[in-house]
Amino acid sequence: MNDAVNDSNQLQPFGIEANELCVDYNGTVALYNASLKLKSGSICGLVGMNGAGKSTFFKALMGFIRPSRGTIRINGLEVSKAQRDQAVAYVPQNEGIDCSFPISVWEVVMMGRYGSMNFLRIPRESDRKAVWHALERVELLEHRNKPIGFLSGGQRKRAFLARAIAQRASVLLLDEPFSGVDVRTEKLMSELFLQFRQEGRTILISTHDLNHVRDFCDLVVLINKTVLAYGKTSEIFTSENLTLTFGGLPPDVLSGPATAEGFIE
Amino acid sequence: MIDTFSSISPLTFLFEPITHEFMRRALMVSALVGGVCGLLSCYMTLKGWALMGDAVSHAVMPGVVVAYALGLPFSIGAFVFGVGSVALIGFVKQKSRIKEDTVIGLVFTGFFALGLVLVSKIKSNIDLMHILFGSPLGISQEDVEHTLIISAVVVAILLLFRRDLMLYCFDATHARSIGINTGVLHYLLLSVLSLSAVAGLQTVGIILVVAMLITPGATAYLLTDRFDRMTYLAITSSAISSVVGVYISYWTDIETGGSIVLVQTLIFLVAFLFAPRYGILKPQRNHHI
Repeated sequence: MNDAVNDSNQLQPFGIEANELCVDYNGTVALYNASLKLKSGSICGLVGMNGAGKSTFFKALMGFIRPSRGTIRINGLEVSKAQRDQAVAYVPQNEGIDCSFPISVWEVVMMGRYGSMNFLRIPRESDRKAVWHALERVELLEHRNKPIGFLSGGQRKRAFLARAIAQRASVLLLDEPFSGVDVRTEKLMSELFLQFRQEGRTILISTHDLNHVRDFCDLVVLINKTVLAYGKTSEIFTSENLTLTFGGLPPDVLSGPATAEGFIE
Repeated sequence: MIDTFSSISPLTFLFEPITHEFMRRALMVSALVGGVCGLLSCYMTLKGWALMGDAVSHAVMPGVVVAYALGLPFSIGAFVFGVGSVALIGFVKQKSRIKEDTVIGLVFTGFFALGLVLVSKIKSNIDLMHILFGSPLGISQEDVEHTLIISAVVVAILLLFRRDLMLYCFDATHARSIGINTGVLHYLLLSVLSLSAVAGLQTVGIILVVAMLITPGATAYLLTDRFDRMTYLAITSSAISSVVGVYISYWTDIETGGSIVLVQTLIFLVAFLFAPRYGILKPQRNHHI
C-alpha cells in the first residue's frame, strides 16, 4: 500500500510509552511522574483541562522539550530516532495555521514528504504518488491546486491529515480534530481513524469534546499535571474520574460539549 | 523638474545616463540589490519579521564602522552585529519580563546609537550620510565587487534552502517534528538578513533598507496565492523600482535612496488599490441582492 507506515516502526507492541515523565519549564512543573503505555493500533483520547499538560505531553512526544526526568519511547525507540524515521506527525488546530500563506493544498501535503526527501527537497515520483494517494483518501484531490486559504475549516483539517498520511507516520497527534468541522469531514475523519487503527497506527487525540472521546476512542488518558488514569474508555470514563480530571466539574458534563476553559483557577 | 522632463526626448531620458560609468554602476548595483532584497522580503513578510528586519538593518551600523576601522570587509562586521543583536534580543527577552517588541526597539536603537557614536569618534573616511542614506551614484568598483559577492552568497543560500525556509515560515512545528533543525534555519535567515542589510545599505542607506526588505514582498503578497510566483513578482518589482528610482534621481536631482523607496511604495499602493483579488477596489462580484 502506498501510504503504509514506514517499515522501521511497524509491528511494535506499543506506539507510545512514557515512563515517570517529568517536564518543567524554568522551575514550573508542567508534568510529573506521567507513565503510560498506549498500544499500536489504537485510538486514544487525551483529556484534561487547559494547562493540564496536554500540549506539554505532545511537545515531549515530538521531541521539542527535553524531559527533566523519565523517558519516552515511540514505537520502542527514542524520540529523536523516531523523528528520523518520520514516525510522528502532528495535526494542528485550525487556529495554529496561517491560512493566508501563499501555498497550495498539494504543496502543504508534499511537506509531509520533506523528511524523506534529499537536501533540496525535490519530489520524486514516489513522493508525488504518496501525496496523490493521501489527497484521495481525505477526498481533497479535486481541490489540490487551490491555495490553502480557499478551503473551509473542515477541508483544511483534512489537508493536514493528508500531510500526516503522506508522511507515513505511525503515531498521529491530533489537536482538537473535531472542533469547527463540517458533518462530512467529521464522518470522513472518524472513518479514517478506524482505518488507521486497522493499519496499526497509534492515534492520540487531544480534546475537550468528551462526547467524541466516548464515541471513538478505544483508550482514554486523563491528565492533570500527571496521568491520573488511563485504559479502556469503558472502564476509565467514569464520572468520578472525570470529576478528578476537571477538578470539581459536575459529572453531567458527559451529556454536553465540555468547555473546560472556564474552570481554570 | 517638469521643464527638465518636457525638454528631453524619451531616448535621451533612457540612454544619456548610461553613457556615464557611475550611472551604469549605480543601475547595476541597485537592480541587483533590489532583486536580492526582493527575494528575501518574501520570507520576511511571510514570517512576520518586518520589525526584525528593521532591527537588524539598524544594528549592523556599528559593525560597519568597526569593520572599517579594522580594515575588514563591511559584511563581516555587519554579520557579527546583525546576528549578535538578535541573539541579544532573544537573551533579554528570555531573562526579563519585558515584551518582545519592546526588547527589539530597545536593542536596535542602542546598537544604532553606538554606531553613530563610533562614526563620530573613529576618524575615518566613512561618510555618515552615505551610510544613513546610501549613495549608489558614488559607488566604487570595490563596492560593486563586494555587493556581487554578498548577493551571490544570499541568493545561493535562499535557493538551496528555499523549500525548508518556506516550510519554516509556514509551519515550524511540522518542520521540527520531522527532524528539520529549525534553529539552523532561524539563524540562516538572520544571517542572510544581515548580509542583505549591508548590500542594501549602499543603495538606499541604513534608514530605508528595511523598505527594500519588506515592501516588495508585501506588494507581491497582494498579487498572488502562489509562493513561487510571489518570489518572482517581488524580485521583479523591486529591481524595476531600483532602476526607475535611480533614473528619476538622475534627472531630477533628488535623493536616490528616497527615490527608489518611493517608487516601491507607489507600486505597493497600486497593488493595494487594484490587485485582482486582494485590492480594495477589486470588482464587486456577487453583489446583487
